[in-house]
Amino acid sequence: MKTLLAGAAIALMGLTQTATADGHANYPERPIMMMVSYGAGGATDFQARIVTMTAGNEDALGMPVAIINKPGAGGRVGWNWLAGQAEADGYTLGAYNVPHFIAQSIKGGVEYSTESFEPIANWGADPAVLVVGADSAFNTLQDVVDFAKANPGKLTTSGAGLFVGHHIAALQMEKAGDMKMAYIPTKGGGAAAMKAVIAGDVMAGINNLSDAFRAASAGNVKILAVADLERNEFLPDVPTMMESGLAVDNASVNFRGVMVPKGTPQGIIDKLAATVPMMFENKRVAGKMKAGGSPMHIMNRDEVLAMWAAREETLKELLAGL
Amino acid sequence: MEFIYYFGDVFTPINFGLLLLGTIGGLILGATPGLSPTMAVALLIPFTFQLEAAQGLILLGAAYTSTVAGGAVSAILLKIPGAPANIATTLDGHAMALKGEGAKALQLSFLSSAVGGVFGVLLLIFLTPVLAQWALAFGPSHLFWLAILGVTVIGSLDSKSVVKGLLSGCIGLWLATIGFDDIMGAQRFIFHPSLGGGINIIAALIGLFAIPQVITMFAKGRKNDGAEAIQVQKHPIKGAISELFRYKRAVGIGTITGSIIGLIPGVGGQIAGLVAYDQSKKFSPDRDKFGTGHPEGLIAAESANNAMVGPSLVPLLTLSIPGSPTAAVLLGGLLIHGIFPGTDLFDNHPDVAWTFINSMLIGQILMCIFGLYVAGMAARVAQVPQSMMAAIVLGLAVFGSYSVQSSMGDVYVMASLGVMMYFLERFGFSAAPLVLGLILGPIAESNFIQGSMIATATDGLAPYFLTGTLNLFLIAVVILSILYSGYMELRTKRYTSKEEIMA
Repeated sequence: MKTLLAGAAIALMGLTQTATADGHANYPERPIMMMVSYGAGGATDFQARIVTMTAGNEDALGMPVAIINKPGAGGRVGWNWLAGQAEADGYTLGAYNVPHFIAQSIKGGVEYSTESFEPIANWGADPAVLVVGADSAFNTLQDVVDFAKANPGKLTTSGAGLFVGHHIAALQMEKAGDMKMAYIPTKGGGAAAMKAVIAGDVMAGINNLSDAFRAASAGNVKILAVADLERNEFLPDVPTMMESGLAVDNASVNFRGVMVPKGTPQGIIDKLAATVPMMFENKRVAGKMKAGGSPMHIMNRDEVLAMWAAREETLKELLAGL
Repeated sequence: MEFIYYFGDVFTPINFGLLLLGTIGGLILGATPGLSPTMAVALLIPFTFQLEAAQGLILLGAAYTSTVAGGAVSAILLKIPGAPANIATTLDGHAMALKGEGAKALQLSFLSSAVGGVFGVLLLIFLTPVLAQWALAFGPSHLFWLAILGVTVIGSLDSKSVVKGLLSGCIGLWLATIGFDDIMGAQRFIFHPSLGGGINIIAALIGLFAIPQVITMFAKGRKNDGAEAIQVQKHPIKGAISELFRYKRAVGIGTITGSIIGLIPGVGGQIAGLVAYDQSKKFSPDRDKFGTGHPEGLIAAESANNAMVGPSLVPLLTLSIPGSPTAAVLLGGLLIHGIFPGTDLFDNHPDVAWTFINSMLIGQILMCIFGLYVAGMAARVAQVPQSMMAAIVLGLAVFGSYSVQSSMGDVYVMASLGVMMYFLERFGFSAAPLVLGLILGPIAESNFIQGSMIATATDGLAPYFLTGTLNLFLIAVVILSILYSGYMELRTKRYTSKEEIMA
């Protein structure tokens, strides 16, 4: 038994040595796992499955990517797992949602920060939009701002929770317009927040552009403004908040992308950073994403590193008073 | 009547093949303890990427329908509900199995599932626009009162003593507070990283129902030679059909309660069976027999949990709002093909919409046929010696709770709750009220917080929660429910004796 164990140990050591010796040229040698910290069927899960569906192609990674869901506590459960328990061997990737995980790490109570992860590439950007019910008296952002200024704290506005993009957008609107809104976080994500707007439980809502676009094409809501730097291709007629006179930048845009836990070998990070953005550019991927109403925004590793750093700074300032 | 034109599409070889595959696969997955409908549907997501829109939806719809019904198999034979929808099925279903009526219980459960399911889909076909308004009518204050209505049921559910029922309900309510609070982000009772996401309801269900069974089986296996295996008498299907007609009231209450509650986004599926069980108990002249293996309770619960399937898709198909995790997966199946639920779906892709809905109608009937066949084989499952069965169930329990979120933490939660429940059962507490507390706690809490935030920003708490027709109606039902329980308690003058406490 002892010799057997020793033999196995030597064999294992041999395996790991070959892996490091060749500078990870053969990576990946087996299927890769990608953790999504939201439930199956949600927007992040759905998009993660689409953008990784061509991973097995020879011009991409050459190995399939399997999605594994670890939902709970607004994503904290999954990201805690990725930071603390996942193996940093390059076979465990994770999907990130910015500003969610950065805002959560600033507020505390979690085991991760931007320092715990290494970004690989960004695939999507879903801006927050301001929506009101189809029969609402508000027709422009100005109407909403006027009401909020005249009635401080009376404008009930739903969103998917605290310290997610929707909440950040609401905080930015309050700061930019020097007004007070009543932000109502809902349990059950963006879908529940949208239901509250359609049913008239609240006067307005902040929601994902992709979900709002669907609800608006079904005639259930009006989209008044986009919280981004420029207008979105899905909604060319809807002005940005800046155009309407409210100084709200793109800090609330929900960026989605791929990252790995800190400690993953640099060779693997470099290889992933080179291949993954190309994988996102695949025509089939783009077609499916557009059909589903999910805006794409591909960024490479360096751009994401810069974006994370910029977000962290804005969010620290914004959340300091809370 | 547009839907009739698309019936032919269901019977093309590929579509019908997928329907059969989804139905049979769903029954098997549903019957496996620990695999919930949401899990089954999530497993199928990658396949829907490759299929046509209508085909993918047929597969998902069939799997959804039959896993809900298949959950009754393990609920009846093993007293392990596959999903929250099947909790009420265990109460009388397993008692019937213990009396040797396992085959009859299974036949009744599949027949009533089919009746409820067909009614639910017919509602979806004919009344979708009206139902959509209904689904929207329930705001935070109404959902809060609905959850409170559920709490009033806790005391009388499957307990000899109201006090013990309420106590286990309170344990459930407390367990529900563990984890990150989804609305405010506060951390509560997280003394181990596994609890960060709160107690997962499926893991809790498996632990609370399966583990005490396993421990009991192991304990028995040591004592005797396996003569304890449940006997299953053969039962003619015709007999089951006539039995179903005898209990028309239970079928009616189950179907209607299930349809109405199924509509409400985020609440419906989990409590439809329990509410229907409680209502039919209150209206039945044989209410004393409930819990002792009375077919009425089983029929009400099973017709309710399948009646809910059709209406639960209304918010998704009309308003594009997925009301449950399963509906969210269906939404993905539509979006991948560029089809948006809502007017776009019915106006521009009627072939997809109606083929899908029709397939659910036919799926209900297929599910019933295969279910009755499974019921015939139940005897063989029950012949497995208890010691071996205990090992199999334990394996499935670990596998099932791990696979919900691929997390070992859920397995620890399952095991600890299970061992706790084994000892609680020794003292006369039961699992059903505990789970009901666990389900209702978050609904009541989050809707109260949300409602109070809206209320303080607008008219104030009292007008928001206490006025409006729907609020007043729900409050009246809550009061009636409490008064009724109190009245029954006094009339039967049933005091808990010392022996009962010790038992």
